[in-house]
Amino acid sequence: MRLKLRIWRQSGPWARGAMVAYEIGGVSPDMSLLELLDVLNEQLAAQGLEPVAFDHDCREGICGMCSLVINGTPHGPRKATTACQLHLRHFADGDTIDVEPWRAKAFPVVKDLVVDRSSLDRIIAAGGYICAPTGSAPEANTLPVPKPDADTAFEAATCIGCGACVAACPNGSAMLFTAAKVTHLGQLPQGQPERAGRVLDMVHAHDEAGFGGCSHTGECTAVCPKGIGLDVIAQLNRDYRHALRKR
Amino acid sequence: MRYVEGAPVREEKTPAGPLEDRWESRRFTARLVNPANRRKLTVIVVGTGLAGGSAAATLGELGYRVKSYCYQDSPRRAHSIAAQGGINAAKNYRNDGDSVHRLFYDTVKGGDFRSRESNVYRLAQLSLGIIDQAVAQGVPFAREYGGLLDTRSFGGAQVSRTFYARGQTGQQLLLGAYQALQRQIRLGTVQMHARHEMLDLIVAAGRARGIIVRDLVTGRLSAEYADAVVLATGGYGNVFYLSTNAKGCNVTATWRAHRRGALFANPCFTQIHPTCVPATGAHQSKLTLMSESLRNDARVWVPGPDGQRDYFLERMYPAFGNLVPRDIASRAVKAVCDAGHGVGPGGLGVYLDFVDAIGRLGRDVIEDRYGNLFEMYQRITGEDPYEAPMRIYPAVHYTMGGLWVDYDLAATIAGLFVIGEANFSDHGANRLGASALMQGLADGYFILPATIGDYLADGPFEPVTASTAQVADRLAKLLAVQGKRTVDSFHRELGRIMWEHCGMERTDAGLRKALELVAGLKEEFWRNVNVPGSAGDLNQSLERVGRVADFFELAELMCLDALHRTESCGGHFRAESQTPDGEALRDDHNFGYVAAWEHTGGKPVLHKETLVFESVHPSARNYK
Repeated sequence: MRLKLRIWRQSGPWARGAMVAYEIGGVSPDMSLLELLDVLNEQLAAQGLEPVAFDHDCREGICGMCSLVINGTPHGPRKATTACQLHLRHFADGDTIDVEPWRAKAFPVVKDLVVDRSSLDRIIAAGGYICAPTGSAPEANTLPVPKPDADTAFEAATCIGCGACVAACPNGSAMLFTAAKVTHLGQLPQGQPERAGRVLDMVHAHDEAGFGGCSHTGECTAVCPKGIGLDVIAQLNRDYRHALRKR
Repeated sequence: MRYVEGAPVREEKTPAGPLEDRWESRRFTARLVNPANRRKLTVIVVGTGLAGGSAAATLGELGYRVKSYCYQDSPRRAHSIAAQGGINAAKNYRNDGDSVHRLFYDTVKGGDFRSRESNVYRLAQLSLGIIDQAVAQGVPFAREYGGLLDTRSFGGAQVSRTFYARGQTGQQLLLGAYQALQRQIRLGTVQMHARHEMLDLIVAAGRARGIIVRDLVTGRLSAEYADAVVLATGGYGNVFYLSTNAKGCNVTATWRAHRRGALFANPCFTQIHPTCVPATGAHQSKLTLMSESLRNDARVWVPGPDGQRDYFLERMYPAFGNLVPRDIASRAVKAVCDAGHGVGPGGLGVYLDFVDAIGRLGRDVIEDRYGNLFEMYQRITGEDPYEAPMRIYPAVHYTMGGLWVDYDLAATIAGLFVIGEANFSDHGANRLGASALMQGLADGYFILPATIGDYLADGPFEPVTASTAQVADRLAKLLAVQGKRTVDSFHRELGRIMWEHCGMERTDAGLRKALELVAGLKEEFWRNVNVPGSAGDLNQSLERVGRVADFFELAELMCLDALHRTESCGGHFRAESQTPDGEALRDDHNFGYVAAWEHTGGKPVLHKETLVFESVHPSARNYK
């Protein structure tokens, strides 16, 4: 296969960026998109040019490090698939593929396709946990959790923190990310004592970090590689309302 | 001789007395640091996986000043996150005869009698508390309809002791530790430095006193000081280039510590996992594991010479069949492929077939058990495993070797502690499934926080200063080569040499050849590598070149270690040492020791730690 790539190049946080075109031949349909970028980078390096910087690590769709907008869609056209698991067999010979970084106020570009997502960590730091200092835990089976609750918590907990939801949202909101954690912990009996404070603190940290508000456009769930549903946002809103009343 | 034999290395922290009382006894003899003094003590923790994340969070809770570092953009991305199967614990919730002693026994035997009894016993004891801790944090383990925790059997164990969260157990446990860590960051006890890479260890007056780190975004080098340094930087499987490790996994932190004086133990003990998606071509950048649990229901076969299906695992190992341990299965797959019976591109693959299981149980049951794995396989290969059998091939997965540590998890440099996969301690020559998560968390939550106090009780230590010049010079030297070949091309070639000669089957001649090839390639590397860009900003080529440079040195030590150990044990199979029917032949008399290597700049020095078995009698592993 022969493919054309147009890639966002930006030399630093304050530099002006632009789409730059490249062409690559001899591409195998079995390659992943990131392997295509590897091939491009090998070619650039061989020519003495600087390779494209992009974040990636596990390359099996679980670490959440890869963060590419492909043809205008975060993680590309395949449903429930991260960019690292997107293979070129889903493109046709001669196609042009646009590759851009996540774009959001709370995710400043570091270089080329690499962005700073530390704002997501700050949301978790604000309350996305259950206080259980090491050593203080009771015997695990003293606290049964009804299976449906455990399953709902698990579904929400599968969030990989990649930030695609933010990149897809017209408001640059991280509400799906925040709500997934609020739902995960709020569904479990262990999470009840801190439930009200947690949602208030996390939403506050979310707003502080420069993420926009949620207006239920649903773009987030459409691109979520783990298929986390909008119901978690409804859950967050309910918890938020309860918490405000309690305060 | 390519190495020199030095004085034996002695483990002196293990208390005397019965196995089951030793950890209790050590916790009592370990000195404590009073809470007011903990605030004056700084601990650096490098790496934020299960071991590093849980250690940093727990040390923060105790009141130490913790500085935590990771190369990823967030501590939540460490590669522990990719662990699929589960975590063992001797809870005996199934009433199926499990016990701490049985988990201990299985782990020592699974490790082919090359691990320390006291350490493994402690691991089995602590496994209970790990599950309690994780549940309290809200880790969503699988549950029964009654609301209690579910378990499954794993890795050929005869009891059901593996706790799991669908196929994402590592992710859920890591997020538990990460959240506890974020809480401490918020409370100010832990300072987090993401996108930072440790490039050297600071040793002053015989003590580990800090690290030299590079800020991967700005390129700035800095010396960071502490009263103790903890390395939780994972394994070195990426020396093979292709492995199931994340792309960024590397040996640099532990290798730099090794060069500063820490002994490196059993580097040749690597685990090759039998069920991975085969490589498709030269572009392959990493390999993906398909969970071991698939072998519970699938049958492994290749087309036989007579046109019939050859279910070779069932034929060779009638007792265990498709459920033989990882090392045995991997070697059998290699053998049939080497004999020309393999399937798929290059004949490097065998079928993992569910057709019988689907016929017996129905597609729904199989979908329920393995649906997410089938989807993953289909996403990668474009083939539907419900219709056509999966193709699998072994891949490098885990490294049992690592920095040598004593019972306190302290390395041979005072004040340096090594936890998780980065140390060598608990898995001997072969790790059992669902034991890596257990070890990482036992080290990080429970062992290190108890033992590090004994060392820190003598602190705070006098301030020291260290220069970053040596590290800066090395980076400048790599940038200045300006050769013709890319970093990756060297790494791929190194990986091919290691896979060929220091992979599943090793021979005297092959290892000697590998040593020659690696030395030649290393020489070319320093003369002909090309690193574009500068050291003054985000430069991923520069990050990689330093890691590959260290892999070259490690590769030489791995081959040397494999060459000197002329027995076969666990993941280390020497073709010269096998039984008449082709099974691994251990040599306890000559090799019943841990090989701990000292870096000298010249010939490495071998220090042996003799392994003593008081409770378990070493026997031949037989799965026929």
